[in-house]
Amino acid sequence: MNILKFITAGSVDDGKSTLIGRLLYDSNAVSHDILETLERQSRNKADGELDLSLLTDGLRAEREQGITIDVAYKYFSTTRRKFIIADAPGHVQYTRNMVTGASNADLAIILVDARQGVVEQTHRHSLVASLMGIPQIVLAVNKLDLLDYSEEHFYKIAAAYQELAEKLKLRNITFIPISALAGDNVVQPSANMPWYLGPTLLEHLETVEIEPEAASDAPRFQVQYVIRPKSNEWHDYRGYAGSLRSGSFRRGDRVLVLPAGIETEIVAIEVNQVQVEEAFAPQPLVLHLAHDIDISRGDTIARFDAQPIVSRDLEATLCWMNERPLRPGDRLLLRQHAATVKAIVKSIEYRIDVHTFEHLSDDKLELNDIGLVRLKTAQPLVFDAYKQNRHSGGFILVNENTYDTVAAGMLEEATELEPG
Amino acid sequence: MSTHFDYLDHLEAQAIHILREVAGQFERPALLFSGGKDSITLVHLALKAFRPGKLPFPLVHIDTGHNFPEVIRYRDELAARFGERLIVRHVEDTIRRQGLKDATGKFPSRNALQTYTLLEVIEEFEFDACIGGARRDEEKARAKERIFSVRDEFGQWDPKRQRPELWDIYNGSIRKGENVRVFPISNWTELDVWSYIQQENIALPEIYFSHRRNCVVTPAGQLLAITEHINLEPEDEIAVRDVRFRTVGDATCTAAVESPATTVDDIIQEILIAKISERGATRLDDRLSEAAMEDRKKNGYF
Repeated sequence: MNILKFITAGSVDDGKSTLIGRLLYDSNAVSHDILETLERQSRNKADGELDLSLLTDGLRAEREQGITIDVAYKYFSTTRRKFIIADAPGHVQYTRNMVTGASNADLAIILVDARQGVVEQTHRHSLVASLMGIPQIVLAVNKLDLLDYSEEHFYKIAAAYQELAEKLKLRNITFIPISALAGDNVVQPSANMPWYLGPTLLEHLETVEIEPEAASDAPRFQVQYVIRPKSNEWHDYRGYAGSLRSGSFRRGDRVLVLPAGIETEIVAIEVNQVQVEEAFAPQPLVLHLAHDIDISRGDTIARFDAQPIVSRDLEATLCWMNERPLRPGDRLLLRQHAATVKAIVKSIEYRIDVHTFEHLSDDKLELNDIGLVRLKTAQPLVFDAYKQNRHSGGFILVNENTYDTVAAGMLEEATELEPG
Repeated sequence: MSTHFDYLDHLEAQAIHILREVAGQFERPALLFSGGKDSITLVHLALKAFRPGKLPFPLVHIDTGHNFPEVIRYRDELAARFGERLIVRHVEDTIRRQGLKDATGKFPSRNALQTYTLLEVIEEFEFDACIGGARRDEEKARAKERIFSVRDEFGQWDPKRQRPELWDIYNGSIRKGENVRVFPISNWTELDVWSYIQQENIALPEIYFSHRRNCVVTPAGQLLAITEHINLEPEDEIAVRDVRFRTVGDATCTAAVESPATTVDDIIQEILIAKISERGATRLDDRLSEAAMEDRKKNGYF
């Protein structure tokens, strides 16, 4: 059994919370006492119907405003898979939450209201899915019950979305006609749509291929912590603890310690204190190297024949997540897992119109804006283009004063390599 | 050897990664240890993350005084067995020092009072990160908690000011006086924890397994262990039952469930068919109001 992490994205009224509630409810993931609470809360509502959206609308502020204000995580499992849902709100000013949920997702369910079809929010959500590199997309066409389960409407929307997806180079799209409220094709197949022969949403989630943890990719490993017991028993022990983010390492691999560029060899690999010949992503490891080198947290260990980019000049797509806009000349902290470097914004190349995908020139990025920027860092960063490796190509920007996380960044191929 | 990993391998890898981030990012972290299965699992994961080195943080127990003796025994044995530092601070002392009103009533729970002791211990040792065993599946407000959750000087959590958490990059940078609560097993469910305990053969305090015990039956039908800390009344219904505990909290507000399960395998079977979620079955304090957990967290509760 493995885990599928997915995100749900839709506009405020697309019925997203109802869909998640339906998945949890129909797959028996809701326990009795929570159902009782749900029934009690639903009685307080005007129509008295069991309101499945209450299963996800967690915080009191949301219950009062009737909107979802943050990413909530929900868990359920079937005999085939364990599922982690990141419920990202669709409200326009909360795009940052979708980016957050999308950063860890294997699959995105993009929800549209069949009566509205593909709308501006669908463009925004699909753009985010594309930029964040989510491998699988489901376009769930909801509320078909309100259109007499019309096949024609479904295919019209699917065709419109296909066009959008091609612009964004989105791959692996599955179209499913549903009614979250009535339960059609969510968990149970729909008797109302005999024309649809594909899987229900849950069947699709249970069976869709998810790419194994980038096993074929170049091995990437960052030192998180140096283990030095200094005890009598382990007097000379010096192990570099970290997680293998992609690919595999073998004992005896010739490696480079970056950014310093020092060549050495892996003499031992430990997994849970047991020495192994080979280790694979996403295992946490302790590495032992042949030479006594000054290595500290944030350094990358990479195989000699599969080197990452090392540069101080970065080009990255940013999603800006702070009220105070980003401008050229701003200084920030760039955190890429265990590595933290100071960075300065050299230029904003363009802002992306999230609805038309046009590149617009602008001198700032505001909250929820997405754009391409150039950064210069104080020390070289060791990375891959995000399109090649989601682990080593992603970073966050942190405000130097408040320490708030203010942006998500996806690195592009470097334009110039660090001289020397 | 293959590249195929089970879901428990993924959960374990994520937790170890998070624990090492804590060690790498903070000056004075601590692991909050209650003697419950979740914090025992955390210790097990921490040993995997840092052995053969010492743990880069002490274990801290906030002792409500309303304990099950089996748990205290287990706690002391565990610290001794692994040679790790254990810090115990008592709610009793905080009550005296701060002139707080002790819990009263029939089942006087010091659950809320723990917050005061926690804030005291954070100040005393200047802890900048406290690792806890909370899981997002426990409760709706928990479902929105970050893995690195920044608290202000008063330990308060502001759901609207949470930092976005991207990929598995954890931003633990804080200003003076702030601290971070870290939840490495956020993504685990109750069943995942039990399955992991089974896979790793982790020992637990005896009260997690079926044993015969004198209980008082509450009007709602819940079973509470009879201890010196609850105030029995003549009309109370007393029963001798075979019970086990699903969580280990303050003994006055942690209910037992009737169960013949004597092994981890038995318990997993029971959970698979259980119809009542963990907190609902056992925590009296959450029933008070639907926003109960949200309120306590905003006030600095774990």
